[in-house]
Amino acid sequence: MSTEQSRSYLTVRDLVVHFPTSDGVVKATDGLSYEVSRGKTLGIVGESGSGKSVSSSAILGLHRGTNAQVSGEILLDGVDLLTISDEEMRRKRGKDVAMIFQDPLSAMHPYYSVGNQIAEAYRVHNNVSRRAARARAIEMLDRVGIPQPSRRVDDYPHQFSGGMRQRAMIAMSLINDPGLLIADEPTTALDVTVQAQILDLLQDLQREFNSAIIIITHDLGVVAEMADDVLVMYGGRAVEYGPTAEILVRPEMPYTWGLLSSVPDVTGDVDAKLIPIPGNPPSLLHPPSGCAFHPRCTHRDKVPGNLCFTEMPELLPVADGRNHTKRCHLANPDEVYAVEVLPAIAPDLAEEQR
Amino acid sequence: MSAENVLKAEGHAAMTADLSAPPVLTVNDLKMHFPVKSPGLFRRTVGHVKAVDGVSFQVPTNGSLGLVGESGCGKSTTGRLITRLYEPTGGQIEFEGHDIAKLSQRQMLPLRRDIQMIFQDPATSLNPRHTVGSIIGAPLQIHNVLPKNKVLGRVQELLEIVGLNPEHYNRYPHEFSGGQRQRIGIARALTLQPKLLVADEPVSALDVSIQAQVINLLQDLQTEFGIAFLFIAHDLAVVRHFCPEIAVMYLGKIVEIGDRESIYGHAHHPYTQALLSAVPDVKQATLGGRRERIRLTGDVPSPINPPSGCRFRTRCPIAKEICAKVEPPLLQIGPRHKVACHFPGEMGKAPETPVTSRLLGVDNHGTPDPGASPVELPTGPSFSNTWFDLGNRTIHTA
Repeated sequence: MSTEQSRSYLTVRDLVVHFPTSDGVVKATDGLSYEVSRGKTLGIVGESGSGKSVSSSAILGLHRGTNAQVSGEILLDGVDLLTISDEEMRRKRGKDVAMIFQDPLSAMHPYYSVGNQIAEAYRVHNNVSRRAARARAIEMLDRVGIPQPSRRVDDYPHQFSGGMRQRAMIAMSLINDPGLLIADEPTTALDVTVQAQILDLLQDLQREFNSAIIIITHDLGVVAEMADDVLVMYGGRAVEYGPTAEILVRPEMPYTWGLLSSVPDVTGDVDAKLIPIPGNPPSLLHPPSGCAFHPRCTHRDKVPGNLCFTEMPELLPVADGRNHTKRCHLANPDEVYAVEVLPAIAPDLAEEQR
Repeated sequence: MSAENVLKAEGHAAMTADLSAPPVLTVNDLKMHFPVKSPGLFRRTVGHVKAVDGVSFQVPTNGSLGLVGESGCGKSTTGRLITRLYEPTGGQIEFEGHDIAKLSQRQMLPLRRDIQMIFQDPATSLNPRHTVGSIIGAPLQIHNVLPKNKVLGRVQELLEIVGLNPEHYNRYPHEFSGGQRQRIGIARALTLQPKLLVADEPVSALDVSIQAQVINLLQDLQTEFGIAFLFIAHDLAVVRHFCPEIAVMYLGKIVEIGDRESIYGHAHHPYTQALLSAVPDVKQATLGGRRERIRLTGDVPSPINPPSGCRFRTRCPIAKEICAKVEPPLLQIGPRHKVACHFPGEMGKAPETPVTSRLLGVDNHGTPDPGASPVELPTGPSFSNTWFDLGNRTIHTA
């Protein structure tokens, strides 16, 4: 997390996305701030309905033309994307910001060949001939590891396997060399071996193109291996934010503990316990009072008074001034984590630290 | 879920089981070949998709066997064969001593009580126009187990068992969240007190925090009712937690089967090793960056025309000449560990020469060797007391 404004390529400040509906206002994202530098990766983690995808749609300006109420600042290379005209946004979309979607089958048009779709993305932003665009598409397909690209370029999406479709999506999104790439659950629909290939590819390409990447996922393993920074979202707000090694090794917010404890680890101790987060994710229409996580929090009794029920905690730096912020009232999270959480979910690690 | 229940965040350690318990299910050389029809008027059969091609395993009473593999490896087809949603092309499915592979639908009916299934997507496996009460109560009426006036009581009891509010029996599936819907699916599967549950990706459609709730529920149910599970999933970590025994499938065949320690600690098949090394690891956060992994290139070959010899050889990092010529047998190499590979060994310690050549009567390149005498090895779905010792390359008896 770079604190100098000049170095971060994307800065999101106090982003609010509200959707008015007949039942009331859905507060999809409320006061979200983060930044990403070129060549760095931010992982956004959260459950479905935590607002993690909505914030990235706002960066692409996909809320335009809907009744969404958006406020705050999205600075991409110094330009506020929320104030520019639709035409200017259109010119940036695909060129400066690109997106990879979860399901490449539904993100690609079934009637057009893969090559046509990739070339179109290039021709929209560059004044080149069809032939040059096609050559560029073949070059990109080759770059993302599609065998025999000059033959496969005329195939239709259904003729590609899941992994190849995702590669083609990546080729399409990177053809204009965007500074920021948003990958929304890029590997969730894929098998583990293919997931590993795609993650490897994303990292290689990031090194080559020096782009900033936002990777939205619910898989903490993917975050651990890909991201430099992690933002944990709950009920439309950031609840914990900091460098990956900090957040995953010394998490201080009970929701992050819950996420860590509810996924088994393939290399972990067999005695490790799987502790679910009780209850269900909150409604964004009627969010709980106070801390949005309190109805599911098992540590709320450790906070004096009814603070968790009545007052929303601020996103504040953790006690000893590490580069790590959290939204929680707990006074001694480090201690609770070491004594209560870690021994249950990773007995081997707890033993090591003692 | 009642208020007291909401904050009950009890954890469960990984499941253990008595592996020597008598099997409730024995599957022997199970095959499912789907015909591929030509287009046009006559729709002749032009080939077969060998979705499952000679699979053998056992599920112990009150135990659970995990079935893992990439999509298209035939793991779901295997589950559907065991519940007899398909009629197998060949092989035996022995459930409590009776072969059910060739039974007619009518003959199957009484057995359906004992073998039930949980599906992946709770949104599409529950009828949106039926109330939860009629969904869960339907099996009771079909099998005529309870008089009509007692059905509601049983439904409410089941709702309570799976952690739902018993008062909600007259609601519709859309009124529930994904995790709750999966609980309804589980309650329906439990209605007739089955002995075997085939769970086909029961948690992969759920949010992470909800996944753990459902896995813990399944563990509780197994402990309480003594149900055996065939647990089909692609998430290796979940399978490791839930199943004391695991079978790894590739292109319609089991490539490695064994207890948890053998598979996750001492995998001997290069495919199992590749699968395990591909799983992203949270612990990697401490070290930063990505682990060294076995990179599998390409995609799974077509099951219509699988590669000759070993089916994994086209993507295998250690494949040699013999792999294209001879298919490796599923060789028992430990008390509860079988592997189908000519060069079995832990990661980076694969032997130089094929261990199977002498057993199969071929030389090291896979050409038939008239001098060698093939050895009779114990085959079949169970583990035997004699196995092939990899170190000495001799038959070892326990």
